[in-house]
Amino acid sequence: MSTRKGIMRFFPFALLTLLLAGCGEEGLTALDPMGPQAQWLFDNMMLSLYVMALVIIVVFTLFFIAVIKFRKKPGDEEIPEQVEGSKTLELTWTVIPILLLVILAVPTVTGTFMLADTTPSGPEGSGDSGEEELDEDEIEEDGVTIEVTGHQYWWQFDYEEGFTAGQEVYIPAEEKVEFELHAEDVIHSFWVPALGGKVDNVPGITNNLWLEADEPGVYQGKCAELCGPSHALMDFKLIALDRDDYDAWVEEMSQDPEEFEPAEDDETMANQGREVFEQEGCIGCHAIGGQGSEQGPTLTNFGDRETLAGYLDPTDENLDEWIRYPQEVKQDNNMPGFPDMEDEDMEALIEYLQGLSVQD
Amino acid sequence: MADTTVKTSEKSVLWDWLTTVDHKKLAVLYLLAGALFFVKAGIMALFMRIQLMFPENTFVTGQTFNELITMHGTIMLFLAATPLIFAFMNFVVPLQIGARDVAFPFVNALGFWIFFFGGLLLSLSWFFGGGPDAGWTNYVPLSSREYGHLGIDFYVLGLQVSGIGTLVSGINFIVTIVNMRAPGMTMMRLPLFCWTTLVTSILIVFAFTPLAAGLALIMLDRVFGGQFFITELGGNVVLWQHIFWIFGHPEVYILVLPAFGIISEVIPAFSRKRLFGYTAMVFATLVIAFLGFMVWVHHMFTVGVGPIANSVFAIATMAIAVPTGIKIFNWLFTMWGGKITFNTAMLCASSFVPTFVLGGVTGVMLAMAPVDHLYHDTYFVVAHFHYIIIGGIILGLFAGLFYWYPKMFGHHLNEKLGMLTFWLMYIGFHMTFFIQHILGLIGMPRRVYTYLEGQGMATMNMVSTIGTFIMGAAVIVLVINHVYSAYKSEKVTVRNPWGARTLEWSTQTPVPEYNFAQTPQVRSLDPVFYEKVHGDGNMKPAEPLDDIHMPNGSIYPFTIALGLFIMGFGIIMFNMDNPIIPPLAVTIIGGVVVFGSMFLHSIKEDHGYNIPVERVKEELDKEVG
Repeated sequence: MSTRKGIMRFFPFALLTLLLAGCGEEGLTALDPMGPQAQWLFDNMMLSLYVMALVIIVVFTLFFIAVIKFRKKPGDEEIPEQVEGSKTLELTWTVIPILLLVILAVPTVTGTFMLADTTPSGPEGSGDSGEEELDEDEIEEDGVTIEVTGHQYWWQFDYEEGFTAGQEVYIPAEEKVEFELHAEDVIHSFWVPALGGKVDNVPGITNNLWLEADEPGVYQGKCAELCGPSHALMDFKLIALDRDDYDAWVEEMSQDPEEFEPAEDDETMANQGREVFEQEGCIGCHAIGGQGSEQGPTLTNFGDRETLAGYLDPTDENLDEWIRYPQEVKQDNNMPGFPDMEDEDMEALIEYLQGLSVQD
Repeated sequence: MADTTVKTSEKSVLWDWLTTVDHKKLAVLYLLAGALFFVKAGIMALFMRIQLMFPENTFVTGQTFNELITMHGTIMLFLAATPLIFAFMNFVVPLQIGARDVAFPFVNALGFWIFFFGGLLLSLSWFFGGGPDAGWTNYVPLSSREYGHLGIDFYVLGLQVSGIGTLVSGINFIVTIVNMRAPGMTMMRLPLFCWTTLVTSILIVFAFTPLAAGLALIMLDRVFGGQFFITELGGNVVLWQHIFWIFGHPEVYILVLPAFGIISEVIPAFSRKRLFGYTAMVFATLVIAFLGFMVWVHHMFTVGVGPIANSVFAIATMAIAVPTGIKIFNWLFTMWGGKITFNTAMLCASSFVPTFVLGGVTGVMLAMAPVDHLYHDTYFVVAHFHYIIIGGIILGLFAGLFYWYPKMFGHHLNEKLGMLTFWLMYIGFHMTFFIQHILGLIGMPRRVYTYLEGQGMATMNMVSTIGTFIMGAAVIVLVINHVYSAYKSEKVTVRNPWGARTLEWSTQTPVPEYNFAQTPQVRSLDPVFYEKVHGDGNMKPAEPLDDIHMPNGSIYPFTIALGLFIMGFGIIMFNMDNPIIPPLAVTIIGGVVVFGSMFLHSIKEDHGYNIPVERVKEELDKEVG
C-alpha cells in the first residue's frame, strides 16, 4: 500500500503508471508486478523515470524555445553575437546531472546486493526477510532451492527431494525461492517477468536467482537469451501454490516409479499407451516418475501441463501433431518424429500421457 | 625525382575508380558501398517487421529470422554506419584541416577495399546455406562448431577482413589529424568533427584489436579444433562476451562520436553562431571515449559476474551521462540566441538533440544494474539502441549528407524531397521504436521470431511495423532525391553556399584533386567566418602558388583486398562439405596475391606526379570567370 501512496504523490505520473499497468497480459507483464522483487524493480524503474522525466522536460523546453524564438527572420542578415561559452552554465549542467545520478546510484548498489542474496526464506520468512529473526538451521531445512537447467528448447527443474519436473516449475507462494541456474547446451536466460528479473543459464557456470510470488497463481516464463531457431517458443510456466498444496504436490511427485504406472491387471487404453511408450522408445528420452532417461523433459505430471511443447494448448489433436511432426511444431528441437505411428497406438499413447497427473 | 607528366583521363573511368587514392573519391566509394549495405540491411528489417506484424505469423521460419536479425545488426553496424561515417571523415577531415590529402593515401584506398571485400565475404553466406544466425553478438556456444552452421564462419572471416580495413583507416586518420594540419590550425582550433574523428580513430585502434583477437580465437575454435570457448574442454563461454563487449561498447561511441561531430558542425553553421563551449565539447568527447572503455560489463549484468562488478560498472555507465549531458546543453545554447535557418540539414541536426536525449535517458535507466535484470534482452533494449543509432547516428548522417552534398557533388539535394524524407523518417522512427519500450516491459524478449496470441502484444507490434514501412518510404524518397537532384538541381559554383564557418568551405566547388591551390594560414577557430569578419573574406595563403605534388593511383589496394578475400574464403572452405578445390590451396593462393601485391608495391618506385602551377592558376581563373 505504501507504494501506491508514494505513486499518488506524483499525481501526473500516477496516470502514466495506470496507463502502463493497463498494457500487457496479467501474469506475464512486468508492469503489473506480482512479487516483492518485481515490485522493487517496478518502483525503481518508476523512480528513474521520474528523474529522467525531469531531464526530458528541461531539455525539451529549452529546445522548443530555442527553435521557435531564434528563427532567422527573412532579410535579417545581421550576425548574431558570437558567444564563446559560459563557465557558470557548464558547471551547472555538470553538477546537477551528477546529483541526479547519485539519487539513482544508491538504489542501484543496494538493489544489486539485494538481488544477489538468494538465500531461500522458508515458509516463515516471507516478505521482508531479515526483519524476522530466523533460525539458520530452519532456513536450510525448509527453504526451497530448485535447480533449473536450460535445454534447446525446454526447461528442466530438479527438486531437492530428488524428483524432476519439466516445463512447469512449482513453488510455494509467499516464500523466497532460490533457483540454481545451469545450461545443458547453449546459453539460455530464465525470466518470469511478473515476478522479477532474469538471470542467464550459462554452460559451465552456476548462477543463482530468487523469486517470490505474493499469491498462488500461474505465471508465464520466457527464455530471454537467443538460443536457436525456436528461442521464441521456449516458454514455461511458474506455478505458485499455497505451502500445503505445494507440500502435497512434492509428495506426489516423489513417489516410487511404480506408482505412476497404470494398474497392470486391466486392459485399459492407458495400459496400451504405456506399452507404446516403451516400445516406440519414448522412454529412451522421457522419464516418468524417475523411470527412464532424462534427456528430454520428464513427463511425470504431463496431464497437468498448461501447455504442450511450451506454447500450444494441450489438446489431443495438438499432441498427435507434436508426436508425428515435432520439427514443424518447434523447429530444430531434438525430438524425433513418429509420422507413421498407427492411429490406434497414437490414441492409446495420448490417452496414457494425458492421464499422467499428480493432482486431483 | 617526381614524374612531371600530368595524368588526366588517359585511363578508363572504371580503372580510375579502382585505383584512386584521392580521399574525395574514396569518400564517394564509401558513401556508395555504405548506402548499398544500408538498403540491404533495411530490407531485412522490413522482413523482420512483417514477420512480427501478427502473432504466430509464418512469413519466415525461426531459422531465417535468426539469420535476418544477425545480418541486419552486423551489416548496419559494420558495413553501413561505419562506411557512411568514413565517407564523411574521408571527404571532410583533410579539407577541414587544410591538407591536400590524408597522411597515407595508399593506406586509405587499402582500408576501403579491405572493408568492401570483407563485406562481400560476409554477404556471400546467403549462397552457402544461409547467413550467420547467432545474433550480431555471436555468443558462444550458439556460434561454436557444435551448434552453429557454416554461416558463422562467414561472419567470423568477413568481419575479420573488414575489421582490418577499418583498423588501417583509423590509424591513417590519427596520423592525418596529428601531422597534416595547415599552419595555424592548432589542436584547439580543430573543428569538432575533426576532434571526434580523431577520438573515434583512437577508439578504433583500441577496440578493433580485441575484436580481431576474439574473432581469431573463434576461428581457431571453429575451423582448427581450438578449445577457447568450449566448456567441456576447459574453455569459458563468458570470455567471448567480455572480448566482444570490450570491442562492442566502444563501437557504439566509434559510430556516435562522429555523428556528434557532424551535429557540432551543422548546428553552428545554420544558427550563425560559434559552437557554445567549444573547450567543454572537446573534453566531453575525450571523457566519453575514456569512460566508453570501462563500461562493457553493463551488457552482461545478467550473466553472473557478481554484485560488486555489477555495481562498479553500473556507476561507471551512469557517469557517461554527465559528458553527454554537457554536449546536449552546449548544442542547445549554440542555437540559443542564434538566427536559425531550418533546411533539411538543420532539421535533422536540431531534432537529433531531443531524440538523442530520449535514447540517453533509457541508457541511464538501463545502467541501473538491478533494474536491468528487467530490461535486459527485451524490446526495451531494442528500442533504446535504435534511439541511439537511428535517432543519433542516422539523423547525424542525414544532416551531414544534406550539408556537405553540394561540396561533394557540386549540386544541392532537393530541399522539398529532403524535408519529406526527414518527416517520414522522424514520424516512422518514433512510431516503430517508442512503443517497443513498452513491448519489452510487458514481457517481449528481443530476437524472438514470433509471439503468441493472447499475450497483449499484437496491437503494439502492428503499430511498430507500420512505422517501419513509413521509414522505408523515407529512404525511397531519399533515393529518388539523389536521382532527381542529379538531373534537376542547379550547379553550385560558389565556394561557400551555406555561409558556413569551417575551412572546407574556403576551397573551390567542386573541390580540385589537390584541395587547396595554396595551403591556407589559419588564424582562428572557424577560420572562414573569422576572415569574413576580420579579414577580406578570403583565407590567407601560407605558401606561394607553386607546382603541387600528388600521389599516383594504385591497383594494389584492390588486389591486396582481393587476396584477403580469397584467403578468408579459403579458411571458410575448411568447414564446407566436399569443397571442389582443396581449401588449403585457396588459402595459399589468397596469401600469394596479398603478399605478392605488397611485394610489388614495395619494389616499384613511385614518386607521384606534379600538377604544374599553370594548371592550378588556370583552374582558379576559370572559377572567377
